[in-house]
Amino acid sequence: MKDADGRSVFGDWWLWLLALPILVWTLLPIYNLLVIALSNEKEYLSGRLWPSEPTLQNFKIALTQQHYYLRDFWRQLGNSFFIAASTGIITLFIATSAAFAISRLRLAGGRYVMLMALATYLIPAAFLAVPMYKGMGNLGLLDTHLALILAMVALASPYAIWVLKQAADKLPRELDEAALVDGATPLQIFRLIFVPLMAPSLVAIGVYALLLAWNEYLYAFLLLSAEKDVPLAVALGLFLGADDSPWNLMMATGLIYALPPVAIYYLFRRYMVAGLTSGAVKS
Amino acid sequence: MTIAALSSPSLARPTPWMADTRAIWALAMVFPFILVFAVFVVYPVLYGFYLGLKPQAYIELFRDPVFFTALKNTAIFLLVGVNLKFLLALGLSGFFVVQRPMVKFVLLLFLLPWAMPSIPTILSLRLFLHPEWGILNAQIFQWTGQDGPPWLTDKHFAFAAAIFTHIWKSLPFWTLILITGRLAIPHELYEAAAVDGASRLQQFRHITWPSLAGLYITSTFLSMIWTLGDFNSVYLLTGGGPADQTHVLATLGVRYLRIDKLDLGIASIIVAMPFVLPLIIIMVRRLAQSDAEAKS
Repeated sequence: MKDADGRSVFGDWWLWLLALPILVWTLLPIYNLLVIALSNEKEYLSGRLWPSEPTLQNFKIALTQQHYYLRDFWRQLGNSFFIAASTGIITLFIATSAAFAISRLRLAGGRYVMLMALATYLIPAAFLAVPMYKGMGNLGLLDTHLALILAMVALASPYAIWVLKQAADKLPRELDEAALVDGATPLQIFRLIFVPLMAPSLVAIGVYALLLAWNEYLYAFLLLSAEKDVPLAVALGLFLGADDSPWNLMMATGLIYALPPVAIYYLFRRYMVAGLTSGAVKS
Repeated sequence: MTIAALSSPSLARPTPWMADTRAIWALAMVFPFILVFAVFVVYPVLYGFYLGLKPQAYIELFRDPVFFTALKNTAIFLLVGVNLKFLLALGLSGFFVVQRPMVKFVLLLFLLPWAMPSIPTILSLRLFLHPEWGILNAQIFQWTGQDGPPWLTDKHFAFAAAIFTHIWKSLPFWTLILITGRLAIPHELYEAAAVDGASRLQQFRHITWPSLAGLYITSTFLSMIWTLGDFNSVYLLTGGGPADQTHVLATLGVRYLRIDKLDLGIASIIVAMPFVLPLIIIMVRRLAQSDAEAKS
């Protein structure tokens, strides 16, 4: 269905007919999220298509911590930020230097490091969760933010290295060689040539690791338990503890929690799509 | 790094001491990754295998009917769920390569499920499908006067809902991948085919599919591996219920952890390994090979 002759066969009218079911399918859960978040406590269980008196009250309750379930809201939001930012920064550091070592310094055995990274990337994360939980317990890290951050770094860095190494291979080698002849140390080459040239890929990978950690539920829920320590993702899951939970508050909080990643995603979309699709799958 | 690159060392390596410092720097810079990998991947995996050595756990595991339900569910999830998702993605990618402003706009909205975190959206679906209080059944009752189906309290409906939740969440990503694949097909092929009077179906059969097949199959396998680890779509939607009937391998570990039988959780993963490992090895080979080819 390419455009050139698509134009004559498909008018815009047909396109909208195709677009309609796609949009309904895509937006239904998000619409439901919005409706419940805007409903007051009398209506959120009524199954109405739109609340008779839409209210922002739920957002206010969340932001002012006026409910038992939300008494640590700001702290948990802060936890999410801290964990996501730390994961992003540490992953970026580890993966950038490893990609430099393998691609530019031609690390002996670099091929095996890449295969190891690739294999780790392909293991379903849920299968590693229980062993990781036990391992963290043995290391005495359970119930610390460090445990979750390091677990997320371990999960994010294999893919990060894979993508960064492929991007690094495309940089011209003559740059390094010219710098070497001028007496530059590897660290100078890294700092002054490699990092600036790799900037777009580094942005994509930093954002990838950050979003991975911000969105993570399973590992956060396993590795952290104190209500003051958990990120917002886990706090949202706690609402499921009772069947008569204030779901309108849960959905309002969920919407607040979803906003930063959506904003970041659309802001960096260009980097993300190009960086991630090229690395994720190659035919 | 390809073998070719490894075996041509002395290209522009002026003096031996330079090569030495380079090697030391390379080791130092890869070390943080090796450390994280050893402590947080290798060590837990080995420790897991060590814990999985107790035969008692396997006897107990094979006596647990939930384990076999989960195995069956996982197989259905992968075979039906992933293939349905890819057929949809294949069709949708054909829609999204149409060059129109409105299609670009629809694509932006279509990507939302991928951009949004799973937790709020899956919990929203859980409420949407709630048999008594959800919008869906309230509307069914209003329009037909009948009670809607028990979406999350009947095991078949609940499991189907989990599969659709998974598709909803990951369809945008794979559609994007197939869009990139379709955009890489030279446009002239379609023009020439149109001149020769090839129908749309013929164009798909003789141009689109041959170019896309490799990507489509690699992606399907990759998605199957990752779908094995899809904890959220099942756990947040059904919690494994009703009566533990919708568990998959990804949620079993947490179930056993909750009932304080960690050994069984580990054993269930080890039992699955003979099926998972070949898939992973095939994919590592496929991806590493395409990486090597990309550079040669």
